[in-house]
Amino acid sequence: MILALLRRDLAQFFPFTGSGAALPTVFFVAVAMLFPFAVGPDVNLLAKTGGGVVWIAALLAAILPLEKLVARDIALGFFDQLRLRGATEEAMMAVRLLAHWLSFGPPLLLATFPAAALLKIEGESFSILLLGLLAGTPGLAAIGLMIAALTASLRAGAALSGLLLIPLALPILIFGAGALARADPVSLGFVGAISLGLVAIAPFAAGAAIRAAREQ
Amino acid sequence: MQASFSFLAAENLACRRGERLLFRKLSFRLEAGSACHVTGANGAGKTTLLRALAGLTTPYAGEVQRKGALDLVDERTGLDPDLPLGKALAFWAKIDLDSPLMFDAYCERLGLNNLLEVPMRYLSTGQKKRAALARMMIWGADIWLLDEPLSGLDTASQALVSELVREHCSYRGIALIASHQPLDVPGMTSFAIEDYAPAQEDFGSEEEDA
Repeated sequence: MILALLRRDLAQFFPFTGSGAALPTVFFVAVAMLFPFAVGPDVNLLAKTGGGVVWIAALLAAILPLEKLVARDIALGFFDQLRLRGATEEAMMAVRLLAHWLSFGPPLLLATFPAAALLKIEGESFSILLLGLLAGTPGLAAIGLMIAALTASLRAGAALSGLLLIPLALPILIFGAGALARADPVSLGFVGAISLGLVAIAPFAAGAAIRAAREQ
Repeated sequence: MQASFSFLAAENLACRRGERLLFRKLSFRLEAGSACHVTGANGAGKTTLLRALAGLTTPYAGEVQRKGALDLVDERTGLDPDLPLGKALAFWAKIDLDSPLMFDAYCERLGLNNLLEVPMRYLSTGQKKRAALARMMIWGADIWLLDEPLSGLDTASQALVSELVREHCSYRGIALIASHQPLDVPGMTSFAIEDYAPAQEDFGSEEEDA
């Protein structure tokens, strides 16, 4: 059942197969392309600020698909049917977390190559950026899933999710972008640790949120 | 496939929606092979009862006991609106169905054969309901909870629902049907959910407690 569920979730969220799911990656590259035009073609300035911009773009790309990540399947009765078949909400959410990350994480890492070229991020900074994104995107996916599940049954969910994201995403951003500013690979360890913690609690938090949404 | 000793029982069940107590002291027991018809006005708590019996929500008081797999058919089909009907059903068939041969048989029985290529969101209300019933047939759970299975269906399909329930009971299945329309199932018991609505004085004490 888990495999069938993963395949279905992937088909729904993966770029080019799901409905408009390539948007986050396109959005990510678009930000990287437009930024040099906005601040001017100063190579030093770009190299200095580019990493932060990439991180912000990654963060925004991670929350773009939030609205339909959980709410749609609640309205569909999809989770109810899985529950009747004995699946736990935690398992459903763990699968959804994996599918969500797979749908934007790896494409984003690939898109970092052209984005870094556009922003003049090279050498050691580039490898720190790439490793940082690799460590940080699972955490961003976990935050996204928790927010999506918590706000699924609210009418103003979309507006609220943006607000909720800010404090939750701060630690990843501070250490992820901070690693670039100081050229300090140790911070990457912190990013990975925060990510792991978030990934570990996300299925439980999101599962509880889905159960709570039923009681209304 | 059907366990011959499945049952569904509620004991002293009470449910509320929001702050309002919908019914209380509801007890019944359905043995294998029996069907039960629940009636009640809109908003009386039929859907709430079915969701509590399915274990999707926690009842306010009392408990639900059951043995056997339980399936719920309500207005939410659980079928992907973006997928063609055939693929949407196939997802559940992959989880639920032992023999793929039966898939076509069930679809044909519910008159869905010509619709398998049509995306779910283009289907009419009645066609969606038939699709949900096909999903239920594909699983073939012991206990069926049907929430308004007849609404939106044409006369022939309504007769088919009665026929499916009769068959299900003859295979020692259990069916609990919440519906405004009568079903042609011999030996079916029935109760009105309003009979368990809290009396006015109950309401008063509830509010005082709160």
